[in-house]
Amino acid sequence: MKNPYIPHEVKILDTWYEAPGDRCIKTFKVTFTDEKVWDTWSHLPGQCAMVGIPGVGESMFCISSSPTEKGYLRFSIMKAGKNTSALHELEAGDTFFVRGPLGNNFPLEDWKGKNVVTIGGGIGQAPLRPVIQWIRDNRGDYGELQLIYGARTSADHCFKDEFKEILEEGECACHLSIDVEEEEWPHFVGFVPQLLLEVAPSPENTIAVTCGPPIMIKFVLQNLEKLGFTPDQVYTTLENRMKCGIGKCGRCNVGHLYVCKDGPVFSYAQLKEIPEAFA
Amino acid sequence: MALKKLSKEKMGEVLGELSKFRLVAPAKSDEVVVFKQIGDPQEAFLDYGNSTVPPKKFAFPQTETLFRFMVGSPELKEKNVEEEGTTVIFGLRPCDARAMAIVDKLFSWDFDDPYYLKRRELTTLVGMACVEPPSVNCFCTSLQGSPFGTEGLDMLLTDMGDYYLVQSLTEKGEKLAETLSSQLEEAPAGDEKKAEEMARESEGRIRRSISTAGIPEKLPGLWENELWKRVSAACLGCGICTFLCPTCHCFDIQDEVDEGGEGRRCRMWDSCMFEEYTLHASGHNPRPTRRERTRNRINHKYSYYPNRFGVIACVGCGRCINLCPVNIDILDILDQVVDAQ
Repeated sequence: MKNPYIPHEVKILDTWYEAPGDRCIKTFKVTFTDEKVWDTWSHLPGQCAMVGIPGVGESMFCISSSPTEKGYLRFSIMKAGKNTSALHELEAGDTFFVRGPLGNNFPLEDWKGKNVVTIGGGIGQAPLRPVIQWIRDNRGDYGELQLIYGARTSADHCFKDEFKEILEEGECACHLSIDVEEEEWPHFVGFVPQLLLEVAPSPENTIAVTCGPPIMIKFVLQNLEKLGFTPDQVYTTLENRMKCGIGKCGRCNVGHLYVCKDGPVFSYAQLKEIPEAFA
Repeated sequence: MALKKLSKEKMGEVLGELSKFRLVAPAKSDEVVVFKQIGDPQEAFLDYGNSTVPPKKFAFPQTETLFRFMVGSPELKEKNVEEEGTTVIFGLRPCDARAMAIVDKLFSWDFDDPYYLKRRELTTLVGMACVEPPSVNCFCTSLQGSPFGTEGLDMLLTDMGDYYLVQSLTEKGEKLAETLSSQLEEAPAGDEKKAEEMARESEGRIRRSISTAGIPEKLPGLWENELWKRVSAACLGCGICTFLCPTCHCFDIQDEVDEGGEGRRCRMWDSCMFEEYTLHASGHNPRPTRRERTRNRINHKYSYYPNRFGVIACVGCGRCINLCPVNIDILDILDQVVDAQ
């Protein structure tokens, strides 16, 4: 019987900071120490893993790299508690442990032939990054790709270099925002839900995916409805405290659904039925 | 399967025979009855109502190691449950055995839980029918259970006065009956009928009940109902209702490391009635007060679990009523659910 509680060691290939501050965000690019683990590993955009250090603990994070990026995984982690603080101490060459892949994924196969608009806020862009990368790497399978992303300040923007590259390429529309005015900021100033109304993507044959702080998601969902998106065209991910990651320990339920097992990806149509979803 | 008779005089011999396995039986510990591993048959205390603490810990220990490690080393040493050996849990009540059958569904759902399932595979459950309902707050018959219920059991013993009627229910039970063949005799004719009659009488003595029909379907519509505030007002958040519940299975996972750097990752019982249970690292808590936590507990047992596994996660053992320090009564909560508009 395969033991789903046993994590695998990964070696850090590279690290860099996405955002500064007390709750800074660091990206870890890692590879499994035991090459054989790659033989059984396969994940899809949206899936998660338990990440941690034996002796400290483990926490659930989305895998912020797409399976089309071969030979490594990425995790973009905000320093928030005991485990994440210990992870932030690590640099290239160090190791930690990964258990997964866990949870469900964005149904990208079902979205083939459709336009996709991603709406992210802050570290909430982490689960959207693999979606974007997947579509960029399978460009012919999808229609128009539109990116909407914002954070408090320009320094708080994650994946800055990649957004810059996408903007320069000009292949897909990319709309960035910050909450308050900064000198020489060439893009939108205001909150992400406002930017969404400004961009006003058409719901015609389009899927909208949103991740970010709960308050942002709440208003994004309202504004998507205003724009004519139906609940089954809208996807998001939920977060809850998790321990086992495999639907046993009981703590991450929203209504009858376990975020770790039935999620983290949910359609808005599903969540509308669950009163606890945005508690 | 064939019925046997076990003379009460031979109980010591039987327990002695079963001691070649890891034998778990009810025993007195201070003033309460608990299930514990016994070495001496004299320790078994079979003349009991029901144990204060359910025997669930022998399938799902209160704390158990998942794996061991040395800090900084890539080697993880997985716990081998087989080392715990073959176990016989002797003399448990039908409600507690049924609870294990209910919890089995969770631990074998999608991801198999290797620790729990291996332990269940190695365990034989020998039940003791409730000739008298063990507590005034028993309500097993409201949940498709019975004082003589056999679900989850491998063998059932019924106290017939001078002897026990022994009924093997599964292959494991048959095997155990073979092991005990020198202590068992043919059961007197007519005992099966007599036991059926005793079961009816015992069921008739159960005082408390609830009609559960429609509760799983009704609960989602009562999300914002004021009853949750009312029924949780007295709650202390002590969690005893969940720790002593034979179907509650929530757990935490923590790492422990000693001074030498030797560590273990273990899981331990946790409770949805605790504030920290759902507290995010950000400080946000989706269930910030006892109102939300009580609502979740009742919904989990009576709506979410049946929604996923087709069975209510409550066996009507009454422990959460008997032991609540502020007399919160799950049947009173369910009555309010039934009455709520």
